[in-house]
Amino acid sequence: MDKVQNNRAWFLVLPVLVLVAFSAVIPLMTVVNYSLQDTFGNNVFFWEGLGWFEDVLTSSRVHAAFGRQLAFSAIILAIQIPLGIAIALCMPKRGVWASVCLVLMALPLLIPWNVVGTIWQILGRTDIGLLGYALEGLGITWNYARNPVHAWITVVVMDVWHWTSLVALLAYAGLQSIPQAYYQAAKIDQASRWKVFRYIELPKMQGVLLIAILLRFMDSFMIYTEPFVVTGGGPGSSTSFLSIDLVKTALGQFDLGPAAAFSIMYFLVILLVSWVFYTVMTNLDKAEGR
Amino acid sequence: MNLQWMAWTLPTAIFFGVIASLLVLFTILAIRYPETPRTGILRIETTRGDRLFITLLGSAFINAGWLALTGLPQWWALGICAVYAAAVFRWV
Repeated sequence: MDKVQNNRAWFLVLPVLVLVAFSAVIPLMTVVNYSLQDTFGNNVFFWEGLGWFEDVLTSSRVHAAFGRQLAFSAIILAIQIPLGIAIALCMPKRGVWASVCLVLMALPLLIPWNVVGTIWQILGRTDIGLLGYALEGLGITWNYARNPVHAWITVVVMDVWHWTSLVALLAYAGLQSIPQAYYQAAKIDQASRWKVFRYIELPKMQGVLLIAILLRFMDSFMIYTEPFVVTGGGPGSSTSFLSIDLVKTALGQFDLGPAAAFSIMYFLVILLVSWVFYTVMTNLDKAEGR
Repeated sequence: MNLQWMAWTLPTAIFFGVIASLLVLFTILAIRYPETPRTGILRIETTRGDRLFITLLGSAFINAGWLALTGLPQWWALGICAVYAAAVFRWV
């Protein structure tokens, strides 16, 4: 890394900057402006100072939503990453079945969020849904609309159903890029299946797995549509994740100021996490000399 | 151009003005005095721009933490941010 960077190349990024300014920077600036003021509509604003931020930072409701959000992201990562790797390891490496598997795995990824929500909302019902009906038959009174545990299980299983394929496909791509020579060397050394996984496959998948974790974390941290369609954030507020709570504040109660302060804190957390992931990934690439 | 819908205020305008001028300043610095990335206490390679980003993001959290945990004037947090910025630019 003793080469001097030519920073003039950054000017080539200018068109994108203009687009991003329109779609993200200017709206974000408006949110910052809103976060320090109060309004009763009609585009009339009153100076509020840091009051909304203080409210949001000390609000037990926001803390609870943040806790639920972290729990949700942690749970789905803990399920989807190992499961995705396991599926990728089981998938055929070549031939017709490899293509069939790839297409089948990609199917859930193509379904829009609200449709996934509707599918699971109907599936979990005891009167017309297969899952709810079957559970009822087993003697479990399944009710995701009234039982918080059932609501959580439904939302988590739905997310696992929707997104594990993404992790599996990424892990599969990582596995496919490992040269045969590594496996041959392992065979000569009589390495066990576990050692092949631990010392060859896992390290070689590190890069794609980090991307998978980042994508799944970001997506689950911003999840809105699916739980909104299935549970509407309920029962009570047991599945009100950050974005659902934010929309309730902004559009349900029309508290633009607190909602703006809330979104800025939300944005800062996401920015921090993305930066950490980005830094880890780029440093990993440099360490591997790619 | 009517910007009333953006609900601008003087403090927020100054805030964004400062950030915009920082970005312009660092762009000019990067063009006039090209640098090589260095590795600091975080064990990651950083350029001046990276250190500015770490400073701004960290300052946002320092201010939020100050607001949430202390009842003291917010200006003092800005002082901590200045110390933090100096530390980041010196050691990170």
